[in-house]
Amino acid sequence: MPTEDRFAQLYRREYGKVVAIVARILGGDLGRAEELAADAFTTAFERWPIEGEPENPGAWLVRVAKRRALDEQRRRQTRRDKSRAIAEEASLRAEERRARDAERSPNAPDERLALLFTCCHPALREEARVALTLRILGGLETEEIARAFLVPVPTMAQRLVRAKKKIREAGIPFRVPEGDELPPRLDDVRAVLYLIFNEGYRATADARLVRTELCEEAIARATMLDALMPDDAETLGLLALMRLHHARRDARVSGGKLVLLADQDRGRFHAEEIHLARAQLDRALSRRAPGPYQIQAAIAALHATAPSTEATDWRQIVILYGRLHALTGSPVVAVNRAVAIAMAEGPAVALPLLDALQDEPALHRYALLPAARADLLRRMARYDEARTAYAAAIARADQPLERAFLEEARAALPDVATT
Amino acid sequence: MQYLLLIYDDESKMAARDDAENQAIVQDYFAYTKALKDAGAFIAGDALKPTSTATSVRVRDGQRTTTDGPFAETAEALGGYYLIEAPDLDAAIAWAAKIPAAKSGTIEVRPIMVH
Repeated sequence: MPTEDRFAQLYRREYGKVVAIVARILGGDLGRAEELAADAFTTAFERWPIEGEPENPGAWLVRVAKRRALDEQRRRQTRRDKSRAIAEEASLRAEERRARDAERSPNAPDERLALLFTCCHPALREEARVALTLRILGGLETEEIARAFLVPVPTMAQRLVRAKKKIREAGIPFRVPEGDELPPRLDDVRAVLYLIFNEGYRATADARLVRTELCEEAIARATMLDALMPDDAETLGLLALMRLHHARRDARVSGGKLVLLADQDRGRFHAEEIHLARAQLDRALSRRAPGPYQIQAAIAALHATAPSTEATDWRQIVILYGRLHALTGSPVVAVNRAVAIAMAEGPAVALPLLDALQDEPALHRYALLPAARADLLRRMARYDEARTAYAAAIARADQPLERAFLEEARAALPDVATT
Repeated sequence: MQYLLLIYDDESKMAARDDAENQAIVQDYFAYTKALKDAGAFIAGDALKPTSTATSVRVRDGQRTTTDGPFAETAEALGGYYLIEAPDLDAAIAWAAKIPAAKSGTIEVRPIMVH
């Protein structure tokens, strides 16, 4: 007899698939597709305890939902003008035939790809794309998503409702973009997945469990994207990057406190995941289509495989950050490059680079800039200036663990009066 | 589906252009409109006279108020529109991106209400 846990597992795994297939039949009506998908799961939860779980539960759910969707499409059509109804009946029969063939064929298109592109459409606002992707493709409950983003449940529910309304009213199509459209739309999808990952990656002492789920969901979606659109270098690069960060999850927080990379217990890195990520990165690089995610993954790989901070190939990391900066022009990358230069050549060389970035408007709220300056000043024994810089960093830190770490670092500075 | 493409651009830029530049832009618009028509997507389209020629009208409690100027004074002003037929938003966006003013201003894409 299927247990509650089993149903939850099944829901997470199959929800997106069912919605995707029904959405295709209903011409992209995501809202209605979700309702029919939910109905199919409800029927399963009611019948399976009595009848026993079918051999292929996923296929069962799809079959039930599809049948109801096709019936519904038919009913919608008979309400309209007769002559159109005849033409539409023919296309419905064709759709049914296609659906039956798809069930038998191993090469049936996975409609989750179209669903992913729809959820990540640029006409939706970013927060909506993230929420939709998690809800519909990830099968996360609205409450879980609200908790993960520290937003009240009704707010998150509204966000989802509005997004689906926009899709319907503005005519956002249910399709995988083609030709010239595809590269920028792929960028949009990757950006959403990386956003989800980063949201999960920001460690918070209390919400850790939900956050790990976000990271795993982002990795699962990127894995799906790679499976459905294979050999895309930047998708592989993103996947490798996320896995490499995620592989260090058990070393980043210790005793409820944030641990810097330099102090992380490398024995707690997940070696198999690092190995898998490096294989994916190699595959990406072999495509000879360099890009920002691949470069970031290469940097993350150097960190993850170094036996220690001292033994890390900082010179290579400086070179990689240089390439990344050339590609993106990002001031955040410039800060990270300066930090790497400090490791490779000493703080005195890097400090002027950080000083020059202080007036960058894009970095106004970026805590890492004053934090990095503080650390360099500390290493140069300029403790008063370090204290001031830590204060600036603390003011910008919006993460409790991050803030606690910076406050401790500041408190650990030697008092000038006692030296 | 029908979409209204609203063309917003900085009017001061237009004023600053010389005759040759303006002629070139007019040609660009002719070519664009022709492309829309050739594709069977064109329903209507016009340039509007500048916001200095606009008048705003409100009726409240039976009282009519007429003011000189557009609805809102904005950096980018409404300068024209196209009404097009397109199968979905992606197609409408593709048309919007080809409007010459998209390079300097903003094109708002609004679906027409269906009753």
